[in-house]
Amino acid sequence: MNEPLFEAKQLCKQFGGLLAVNGVSLSLHKDQLHAVIGPNGAGKTTLTHLLSGDMATTSGELWLKGKPVTGWPKHRLALHGLGRSYQKTNVFLPLTVWENLMLAAQARLAQVPFNPFSWFKQADNNPAVINRAERALNRAGLTTVRDQTAAMLSHGIQRQLEIAMVLATEPEVLLLDEPLAGMGAAEAATMVELLRGLKKDHAMLLVEHDMDAVFALADVLTVMVNGIVIASGRPEAIRSDAKVQAAYLGEATT
Amino acid sequence: MNTPQTHLASLPISVKLILVLGLSGLLAFPFVGQDFYIQMVTRMMIMSIFAMSLDLLQGITGLVSLGHAAYFGLAGYVLAFMSPADSGASWLTTLPLAVLASGFAALVIGFFVVRTGGIYFIMVTMAFAQMIYYLFFDNKFLGGSDGLYINVRPAVLGLDLENKLVLYYLTLICLFLTFFFLRRLIWSPFGRTLNGIRLNEHRTQALGYNSFHYKLTAFTLAGALAGLAGYLWAAQSGYVNPELMGFHMSAHAIMMVILGGMGNVAGALIGAFGFELFMHLFKELPQIGEFDLGKHWQLWMGSLIVLVVIVAPQGLMGMLRPRHHNE
Amino acid sequence: MDLANFLIQLLNSVQYGLLLFLLAAGLTLIFGIMGVVNLAHGSFYMIGAYLAYAFTGVWNSLLWALVVGTLISIVLGWVLEKLLFRHFYQRPHLDQVLLTFGLIYIFEEMRSMIWGDDVHSVAAPEALNWSITLTDTLSYPAYRLFMLAICAMLALGLWLLISKTKLGMKIRAGAFNIDMAQALGINIVRLHTLVFAMGVALAALGGMLVAPLSSVYPYMGSQVLIMCFVVVVIGGIGSVRGALTAALLVGLVDTFGKVLLPQFASMLVYMLMALVLLFKPEGLFKQ
Repeated sequence: MNEPLFEAKQLCKQFGGLLAVNGVSLSLHKDQLHAVIGPNGAGKTTLTHLLSGDMATTSGELWLKGKPVTGWPKHRLALHGLGRSYQKTNVFLPLTVWENLMLAAQARLAQVPFNPFSWFKQADNNPAVINRAERALNRAGLTTVRDQTAAMLSHGIQRQLEIAMVLATEPEVLLLDEPLAGMGAAEAATMVELLRGLKKDHAMLLVEHDMDAVFALADVLTVMVNGIVIASGRPEAIRSDAKVQAAYLGEATT
Repeated sequence: MNTPQTHLASLPISVKLILVLGLSGLLAFPFVGQDFYIQMVTRMMIMSIFAMSLDLLQGITGLVSLGHAAYFGLAGYVLAFMSPADSGASWLTTLPLAVLASGFAALVIGFFVVRTGGIYFIMVTMAFAQMIYYLFFDNKFLGGSDGLYINVRPAVLGLDLENKLVLYYLTLICLFLTFFFLRRLIWSPFGRTLNGIRLNEHRTQALGYNSFHYKLTAFTLAGALAGLAGYLWAAQSGYVNPELMGFHMSAHAIMMVILGGMGNVAGALIGAFGFELFMHLFKELPQIGEFDLGKHWQLWMGSLIVLVVIVAPQGLMGMLRPRHHNE
Repeated sequence: MDLANFLIQLLNSVQYGLLLFLLAAGLTLIFGIMGVVNLAHGSFYMIGAYLAYAFTGVWNSLLWALVVGTLISIVLGWVLEKLLFRHFYQRPHLDQVLLTFGLIYIFEEMRSMIWGDDVHSVAAPEALNWSITLTDTLSYPAYRLFMLAICAMLALGLWLLISKTKLGMKIRAGAFNIDMAQALGINIVRLHTLVFAMGVALAALGGMLVAPLSSVYPYMGSQVLIMCFVVVVIGGIGSVRGALTAALLVGLVDTFGKVLLPQFASMLVYMLMALVLLFKPEGLFKQ
């Protein structure tokens, strides 16, 4: 019935003698948010890098929309419907919000670079690209800052732009790496609502430290410690799991 | 580490005015100028095409190449090889062929070179250009260190490049075409992506762009345009030698682009003219006692560039630009 | 190729390779630790050679020239780092290229003013001014063997320094990840000055040793600079082991190439580099 849009099977990542990610499996389904939590050093960031193609796996498989995509470079994954946001804001700082989104929106609609048409057409005139950028702009609540330079934005708005960039590529799978990083209470609440609104149309992975946000949004919760999944299931069940409480929730930040 | 550049691609009014005046001036110049100056201006125009081709690579895509002159010189050699000893070739065939040859060489070398980045890229572009330099320097059948002569300039249907006016206007047309092509390219989907690669290659890839393909295409295009300039140079001077492909030629191109300001093509154009003017000025410096100032023009030029880098890193364009609120 | 010839070419390869190593080791560490591209590195080689020329002219002893020249180049490196290069580390690579390119001109102009533009030969020490006879037609200059021995000792010394000493560990840490090294409490500023001075001294020493063989001439640094770049690219930035391996490889390919395929000899090394780039764009031993 609900086929996974994105699957990871027994992912491992080895750095010299250190096994940062050890046999992690998870699956992402549409209209479902799968959160991954764990203490610092648990391997969550490495896992995210493996899923997005930012880092090569040592072993394990990745499947996107039923296709085996292990070893695919990140641009190829993005073209096939994977989108990732970054913990450290990774936007084009000297460009305006609109320009950022136009570049993102263009990605899956662009022709190959050696096609001379792409040298002569004007990038700002493409209605399909403009539509995607508008949709992302509206969805992320950035209409008021449309023409502001990204470098000038407040941290919270920059994080929203970070999400908007991913949305502009109109992916089916969203990998969100600590979207609430460095946010105050009000900004965090806005972001949570933004993310909640995205659930219906996407298969989402959320890596976060903010427990309020996690429990507000997650349909499935996976807990990682030292590279291994120690528990995975519905949030209520995980919350009361003794192993998890011992390993993590006791030290969790809110 | 990227040189912080904001909206360099958009041209302020003052610059547009200068360009319009300048380009109309170039159109009218031969009617008022003397022969010697027509030659000098032709040379300046040729160098500005060379500089603009480098700007595509460096200013727009952010790839610092120390070996761009290889493609400049190669095209000149193609003309030399295709010119019979006692008659002129047709520029209608030799020009496109030379440009294609340079473009193809850039494609082949780019394939190896573009997969590197940062310091590596700088070093390997220099290394491969030196390789081509030595290939020509060491081999007599390619002309060796003496180079090759083009005894009779190319001509087509009575339009003989031996005629300084014909060459001037052909060069001017090429200048116009190159300038407008690159200006259009900046605002095209391809150009916007190159800009993205320059600002944040990692994110550009994450969005779905194959940055290797983009960079390789830019490298090839830049090489082809450098070839256009190189062909015209050879047609003007009637002589090619390995120095045209050497490190100093590559460095001159970089200096021109720096002087004028990177990333908007107009800067490269202005910078090339400025560079040639300064070079002329420095070479004409008098002798003070034992010290021949003019002989050491390269030292003054180098110092000027160092000054520009420290004081005005965005070159002449940066000084003409109004201060943006976001700078 | 008979055995005697082969032996000669092999010795030449190793000698050239070790010379390149002296230069490339400094260059790769300066790249790796400070992240600065220094086009003027060849100029230090040139300065060393001209110092050897100047001092052997005055004292008639290459040995003293080596000692004094090395001391001078250490001081030169120390001064240059503190006054100039230190301020380039955070600048974009393009700025570094232009600034160091300007330095080449300055150094060459100074050379021109002090010693002129002619080619000058440098006398090898009397004690080494003979050749070892290999066959009735072939002999090998003793000075080359001496140079090979010195370079080998320096290479060994450098290897011991890098891999066995605490200082070497700091250097390797700095080459691997400068922020981490700093977090570990290593005095980065001092490390930078030390590595830079060492790099300059090694390059100058290379120039001093080679002067009796190649003579001194304007822009002699530019040719060797390119080879250095190739060695660093093949070996991988920041790796001394890589620099040694690559330098010996380049020495072999270049020397035997010139003998076996003279017309394409100079291209062979670049083709080697191209091959490495295809499979390992960050060099053979990149951290």
